Amino acid sequence: MKYFYYPGCSLEGTAREYDVSTRAVMRALDTELMELDDWTCCGASAGEAQSYLLSVALPARNLALAERTKIRADLLAPCSACYLNLRKVEDHVTRNERLLDVINEVLGMEGLHYGGGGGGIRVRHLLDVLSTDIGAQRIRERVKRKLTGLRIAPYYGCQCLRPYKDFDDPERPVSMEPLIEAMGAEIHPWSMGGRCCGAGLMTTKKDVALELVGDLLSAAEGADCIATVCPMCQMNLDSFQSSVPRRQGESSRISVLYLPQLLGLAFGLTEEDVKLKLNFAVTLPVRKKFSALSRE
Amino acid sequence: MPSNEAPKAFESPTPDSIPGIWEKVRACMQCGTCTGSCANSNGMDHTPRELWRMVQLGLKEEIFASRTFWLCSSCFICTLRCPRGLPLTETMGALKRLAVAEGFFADKKSPVFYRTFLDTIRRYGRVREMELMARYFLRLGNPLVPIAFTSLGMRLLSKGKISFQMPSLSSGGKLDALFSKVKELETRP
Repeated sequence: MKYFYYPGCSLEGTAREYDVSTRAVMRALDTELMELDDWTCCGASAGEAQSYLLSVALPARNLALAERTKIRADLLAPCSACYLNLRKVEDHVTRNERLLDVINEVLGMEGLHYGGGGGGIRVRHLLDVLSTDIGAQRIRERVKRKLTGLRIAPYYGCQCLRPYKDFDDPERPVSMEPLIEAMGAEIHPWSMGGRCCGAGLMTTKKDVALELVGDLLSAAEGADCIATVCPMCQMNLDSFQSSVPRRQGESSRISVLYLPQLLGLAFGLTEEDVKLKLNFAVTLPVRKKFSALSRE
Repeated sequence: MPSNEAPKAFESPTPDSIPGIWEKVRACMQCGTCTGSCANSNGMDHTPRELWRMVQLGLKEEIFASRTFWLCSSCFICTLRCPRGLPLTETMGALKRLAVAEGFFADKKSPVFYRTFLDTIRRYGRVREMELMARYFLRLGNPLVPIAFTSLGMRLLSKGKISFQMPSLSSGGKLDALFSKVKELETRP
């Protein structure tokens, strides 16, 4: 199997461990990722707040780059915000017949053309590819070191679930659970999997975002780690733990790992292979569990 | 339409004008499902339900004096649950755009951040997180804001997750053509 790969800007910076572990895990699953040549930013949440046309032209440029290669493969985005913006273009051009012409007038400045999804390139989130195309069975077969005794809270965030219900229930997501079981880990049951982490509000309205992060961390109490599939979610949950007021008796820190980092460790990759040292809050008990695994 | 004819101005799914926005939420029956679902309603001065009522009543000044739409983090839960099927999250986005276009907003942090963000990608094509934050703080001109992020910035630097890069000295940006064409098309009558 092969996919176009759109890492997105965060995966080149603050979410480098997500990029490295995604590539490593896909390689271990015999899946080829073709990084899109000359890709540019999807516009994140800033595009929409400034100009509607910009918010569709920026992601469309990347879809046009994929189409230009004449290769027919789905486009994989590990970042939920990138996935949503790219997916939105696919959707909006079918809802507004003039939009495609206008987008192409913009892209024409660079000699690019977007065919509107008719070219057979579908935008897919990493979690969708892992749970739908690859599936728990293939992951179970690939596991070399079971993550026995590790209790994981599956955290999906918002934008891979809503508004496009491509692969999971948008209110009560479950797609990560079979993957966690396939790794031999335990699922921390909670109802916060699709609850918002505050996203970009951490930069502009910090007090509000910290409250959301606090609720999530409290609900994850009892889990060894939270598994995420979005750089924004991971950053908010991982980096601001010391700023969040904790209730009495709650542990002050919880590890927040990207799903492919956990998969990689279960596949027998090293901590360096999945860049575990780049996460901020990897707790001592979790660290010990991982090093016990590598001794087995 | 002949293929050589340039496409004329088009209508975005949420036309950026109060009447356009009114059209999108006029079927709102004030049930409050959006407010009950919103993760951020605690921090808002008006609940989402109240905001839609203000739009229905055309209370432009009150709408833009509110910080409610800036607190939308685009989680799409209200859109998912709205019993009338209204595009509420998209409409929050349209209010952000309209506020920016009219230069009418209560708190400048969000608009300044978004503008700085877009300026960075026009220049480089991709976000450079370090330069983005530096420019954002510079534009805000408030020394207290960067202090709130110093600890995170230092930790990110020590992990090598962000780095100092030379700002581009050339005036031409990677996505100049795309940005200027967008502007041209949006202002075309």
